Amino acid sequence: MKPTTSKGDGGAADTSPDIQMRTGCVSMESAKYVSLKISKTRWRPVSHSSLQQPDIFATGSWDNEDNKVSVWSIGDPGSLGLEDGFEGDPQLICEHKHDGDVLDLQFLDQERIVTVSSTGAVTIFRHHQNSQTVSVSQQWPRAHRYPCDDAPGTGVACSSPEIVTVGEDGRIIVFRADHEGVVRVIENADSSTLHAVTYLRTTEVLTVNSFGQLKLWDLRQQNNSPSQVLSLSGDRVPLYCVDRHPNQQHIVATGGQDGMLCVWDVRQGSMPFSLMEAHSAEMWEVHFHPTNPDHLFTCSEDGSLLHWETASPSERPSFLQGGGSSSMTSRSAMAPAGGNQSIMSAWLCGDPSKSRLETTHMLPSQTLSVNSLDVLGQCLVCGTDGEAIFVNRQVPV
Amino acid sequence: MQNIPAIRHGKHMGFAWGPEDILVYETQFKASGPGGSFIHKVRKDEDIHSPILRKLFNESHHIFVGLQTIKEDVPSKSKKPQFVSISRNYRSVIRACMEELQQVAVFIFLDHHPNHCFAVLSQVSILLAIELIWNLCEVLFIDAAPAGSLLLHLLDWVRLHNADADEKAKDVLQSDSPAEHHHYWDVPGGTQTLTEFDVKWRNWHEEVDRYLKDNSFSNAAHTTWYHFLITRLLYCHPTVKPIELHYYAQSCLTMFLDSRSVQEPLDSILLAAFEFDIYLVIKDCSIVLNNWWFVAHLTDLLDHCKLLHSHNLNFGSNMREFLLIEYASGLFTHHSLWQCAVDYFDHCPELGRACLELQIERVPLDTERKALKVLRICEDRQMSEQVRSICKIMAMRALRNNRLGSALSWSIRAKDAAFATLISERFLQDYCTKGTFSDLDLIDNLGPAMLLSDRLTFLGKYREFHKLYGEKRFKEAAKLLLSLMTAKIAPRSFWMTLLTDALPLLEQKEVIFSADQTYELMYCLEELTSSLDTEQDVEQTKVELLRLSLARNLAMAIVKEGTVDT
Repeated sequence: MKPTTSKGDGGAADTSPDIQMRTGCVSMESAKYVSLKISKTRWRPVSHSSLQQPDIFATGSWDNEDNKVSVWSIGDPGSLGLEDGFEGDPQLICEHKHDGDVLDLQFLDQERIVTVSSTGAVTIFRHHQNSQTVSVSQQWPRAHRYPCDDAPGTGVACSSPEIVTVGEDGRIIVFRADHEGVVRVIENADSSTLHAVTYLRTTEVLTVNSFGQLKLWDLRQQNNSPSQVLSLSGDRVPLYCVDRHPNQQHIVATGGQDGMLCVWDVRQGSMPFSLMEAHSAEMWEVHFHPTNPDHLFTCSEDGSLLHWETASPSERPSFLQGGGSSSMTSRSAMAPAGGNQSIMSAWLCGDPSKSRLETTHMLPSQTLSVNSLDVLGQCLVCGTDGEAIFVNRQVPV
Repeated sequence: MQNIPAIRHGKHMGFAWGPEDILVYETQFKASGPGGSFIHKVRKDEDIHSPILRKLFNESHHIFVGLQTIKEDVPSKSKKPQFVSISRNYRSVIRACMEELQQVAVFIFLDHHPNHCFAVLSQVSILLAIELIWNLCEVLFIDAAPAGSLLLHLLDWVRLHNADADEKAKDVLQSDSPAEHHHYWDVPGGTQTLTEFDVKWRNWHEEVDRYLKDNSFSNAAHTTWYHFLITRLLYCHPTVKPIELHYYAQSCLTMFLDSRSVQEPLDSILLAAFEFDIYLVIKDCSIVLNNWWFVAHLTDLLDHCKLLHSHNLNFGSNMREFLLIEYASGLFTHHSLWQCAVDYFDHCPELGRACLELQIERVPLDTERKALKVLRICEDRQMSEQVRSICKIMAMRALRNNRLGSALSWSIRAKDAAFATLISERFLQDYCTKGTFSDLDLIDNLGPAMLLSDRLTFLGKYREFHKLYGEKRFKEAAKLLLSLMTAKIAPRSFWMTLLTDALPLLEQKEVIFSADQTYELMYCLEELTSSLDTEQDVEQTKVELLRLSLARNLAMAIVKEGTVDT
């Protein structure tokens, strides 16, 4: 641990009572201690038209007697010209009590947040921006349940107004915001626990389970079986997180118990395309950067947060990098005669030594487990079991 | 002493000790009759449940872990600046908490909750005292300045702690409504009224002025004896040596005690520090403070500075370890801070592991995610007993809720063959009762996990048989079915089912089982019937049917194999 230079030195004649020293190294990160173990952090979405950086994020806590869903602000970016882009602590705007651990949290839209709880409840919170308060807008208590016991919900994915949740009871439940009951339940979708869910397309979701299987579900179909099942051929290690490539919907990344990062091509067979050793313990979250998908972020129980950067292959025209929702159509229109090979994502190169992958540790020193991270624009936020939140406003993407 | 509000006045109370609390209940001491229907939990240490103090525990945990990883091979002397810096980090964390608590106190006060406000202010004054002591220990023990610079350090020390008072007092006196100013509350000796303090403070300034004019000195206006001590040293003995400090300290304290009657614990502790009696400082702090945070961290730091001789206690560990374990054990009972406690146990080489093994099994496992974290802690430390035990708890819970896949997943993690067998039995039972397999997604995709237990292997292979049959690959299916019995993979209890499964294959127009295979099947059947009760009539009909089918098949097979294709 490297001590920092600080604003005031305890031994000198500085009589300022405000002697705050930053533990950790001189870097862009600094911990904000919040007295709650943070299970989830998510940026509030910014509208695509504005090129604003995000300024509001929500957190969920766990393992506390009184768990909370909290909304924080990192203030006006660029207002204070402090070095390295670090500009003061996140400020708590408002919070609300949450029954049970917040096991997953997503923004449904600018104002609403969905959570799944260890009690099995699915709740929609509304952030009232005028009064700066949070209130419960809708709740489905015991959505996930056992006959005689609570079953924790484990994952939630949103495609407004539709919400899909999964839980330890192996159910997949589809809700609609503002709709009283449940739209659809897939009972016994899995005999083991479903740990995470994500949308592949508007009608297709992907789940991961304790047996290292990825299952694709077509929500238009009425039968309760997956349209596709993928898994590793070797040890079937439980998978805990999944994220889809923002532009190429057939590419997903997963992480699990062994801390390995797997990138899969859902169209092509049942094997992952590349396997990379990432962490020495469970990987809790994996995120592609939403606008710059050559960058990927993972966080783990081992207390580290890694930033993965793949150098884009030279044959890939620069106008195909990043971009918003229009890239899908533009890519297929621009597909060269040779087919998809040359524009296959750099993530699927198979041989990590060929794909020029760089990884950086983003946190200054080892902390307790980093449970969650979110990245948007140039801003990254993460939460740890050390009851700290880290915000980085100058992520090099 | 406190009354438990929920127990009615004059009633008897029963109680039981817990790890951090006491459970009390109302009782009549009779076998029957009305008693209280509630059990109340009385907590000893409220501090760890205060949200602001939690930051202290978390931040200091981070500093602690960093301290432990400083390399041992570098000699202590050159590490001194590092240790001083770490000491300052700890202190800044204390100060940050103090600041926050003070702000909270104001809000509470303005909200008209005087009792709660008072409680928070006591916490503030305790933190103030702790920081004062720590700072002095840093100056005297860690920084260990020699004569000359020693006094300068001490001067900084006292100025820092009085500067707060000065600054804040100035602010308070200059503001319009001092009672509402948030600095009003942290004037030292907070039980004084503002006027008293004002008088003392103005007097002090006048005295110093007078001293500067006529070179005399009076103690009447100093706020504390140690302030007086430093000032006196500054003006009379600026080159005081460390070993001489305690003479002056004692005399200043004695002089001060004339006007005030009581020597407070803080005074004794500071005096012990001036006497360079580290052990007395630690001992007195342990007695006075209500949790081990301060003594544990300070002792650990002093130990790293090689200032503590291995002071062995009767039960084998040294003082540093004893204090750290006491502190960590207290943390472990907290619903959330138990994770921090693990690192403390890790750095207690003698007893830490044993304590951790005992405590980790008591962490409540409400969700899979929490169980996974606890498991990771155990696996990283090769605590295989605890791993097995936790996995078994989770597997049983899953089984109770009919989550066979989850249960199997936990057994695989623990490499618990016995439990895997149990779960496979459940699957097989389900098959026998329903006629189909549940959870095919699981059984079809067991992969290498199939080898964990024989029963599990059988389950996987049996399912494979069904798949082959469904794909009309009869010869392969037949071969597999036979091997399940001959290789003893199938449990004897299942053989009847397997033989019954063979019937459709035997009844096919085309000969599927070869003659040799048929002989083997017959042998299996005989083996089975000889061990079964002969009274089971239902079985008897099936056995007869099988014998007939086998005989017919044997005949056809012999003919087919004997026929020479011309």
